[in-house]
Amino acid sequence: MSDEREAIAEAPVAARVPLPVVDAESFDRRQFIEEMCKACAAGAPVLLAVLHIAEAQGAGASTGYDPAGHVYAMGIDVDKCIGCARCVAACKTENDVPVDSPNGGLDGYPPIEDEASVLRTFFVPKLCNHCANPPCVQVCPVGATFSTKDGVVLVDEDYCVGCRYCIQACPYGARWFHPVKHVASKCTLCYHRVVQGKLPACVEACPTGARIFGEVEDRATPLSRFMRWNDIQVLKPHLNTEPKVYYANLNGEVR
Amino acid sequence: MNQQLVRLAAVFGVAGGTFVAARHYLIPATFGDQGHYRAAAVSTVIARPVKYAGRTECADCHEDVVKTGKLGNHRGVSCETCHGPSAAHAESGGDSATKVIQPRKFCPVCHAYDPSRPTGFPQIDPVEHNALKACTKCHNPHAPVPPKTPEECKACHGQIARAKGMSQHARLACTGCHVAPDQHKIAPRAFAATKPTDISYCVRCHAQADTAKRNEATQVDAEKHYKRNACWDCHYPHNPKAS
Repeated sequence: MSDEREAIAEAPVAARVPLPVVDAESFDRRQFIEEMCKACAAGAPVLLAVLHIAEAQGAGASTGYDPAGHVYAMGIDVDKCIGCARCVAACKTENDVPVDSPNGGLDGYPPIEDEASVLRTFFVPKLCNHCANPPCVQVCPVGATFSTKDGVVLVDEDYCVGCRYCIQACPYGARWFHPVKHVASKCTLCYHRVVQGKLPACVEACPTGARIFGEVEDRATPLSRFMRWNDIQVLKPHLNTEPKVYYANLNGEVR
Repeated sequence: MNQQLVRLAAVFGVAGGTFVAARHYLIPATFGDQGHYRAAAVSTVIARPVKYAGRTECADCHEDVVKTGKLGNHRGVSCETCHGPSAAHAESGGDSATKVIQPRKFCPVCHAYDPSRPTGFPQIDPVEHNALKACTKCHNPHAPVPPKTPEECKACHGQIARAKGMSQHARLACTGCHVAPDQHKIAPRAFAATKPTDISYCVRCHAQADTAKRNEATQVDAEKHYKRNACWDCHYPHNPKAS
């Protein structure tokens, strides 16, 4: 056995694998690998350096905002919602949401098919729950979605590959596919406004004060007062997603 | 030293060096600055332009309107809810215009009758309610009040009035069961109308002991017919046949 192996090792390469001869000076395998390695060694640093510079330019100017000092959440008083969809309109305007994305109640509501079977109807505003334990972040294969320190779930649009896995994973149907950018998109809790101390656009536009935005851990904010004075429920608590959109006066049947 | 070991060391050296170099270049520059993500992605989100100026901005120039608005029934409504996103308008000092409102189209977005809307929220039927007349002809949008005190209950409680009008109870007055203080017509929630607390009104027709006073109403024995329940637990008084 060992004799045979030595014999093969000593035999010339061409004898074992006859190479197709294109012309007299064509590469053999060894030459080809050598040339490729050289090319990679020469080209890689240049490519990586270009990537690195592009990355550095992409990073925006930092603001004086410290996310560690805040925990944001949203409160919703179901009894106050009149279903006017001003929040939807405001969100679409503020965040440049394209027309052919989910429209909420902006175009009115579907008619009730069997009125006799309906006991009571009411409006329940839904949005991204900004879960403390978000399924969408767990399933992202490229790590393009994440929770910030102040409790907001965001999407890294430059790294999202548009696989739609997070859209499937979200139990609240809060994610949607951006038809222009071809990435997963979602409510940012108007993060660009919040860091400036402004309210999210939907809260700003709500005419009845059904939406309350604020910090959870500070006792003196409108949100924590709202949470003390009302019986608070969250959507699908059994899923352990720990949602941060708190509903008051919500019928327990709403999911 | 063995030649194999030297070559192996060289291979490991090159592989390790490549790994370190690749790691340095391939991991995004700002990754890990704030958490297990690219901090530059947050900056991209923050860089979005603000379009809604916020409800505190308008008072700088439109002091009188804001003052009026704060006293009226629209005091909780932000200017931008109706006038549209106005950050550009505020920043340019009023050069860029805000949204033009067509009252007949826009006001019903909130005030058209919808059974899902909370009870007590002022709603009208946009088809019947002074058709073709601009809402702002009668109502001041910044401090809206009904132009005159409603005369009848059905001005606001149209849905109930329609249901009752079609039922056997059509001829019964609302005031038989409900007592509304005069201020209820102006401040309906602050001065609520009463609801019956006992079945004495129902009994007058439906369990009339004196046969001479009976009308065509269905008769029950008040002592035996579900004595522990009030009538309206099972029968909807505004449309008794429906339940």
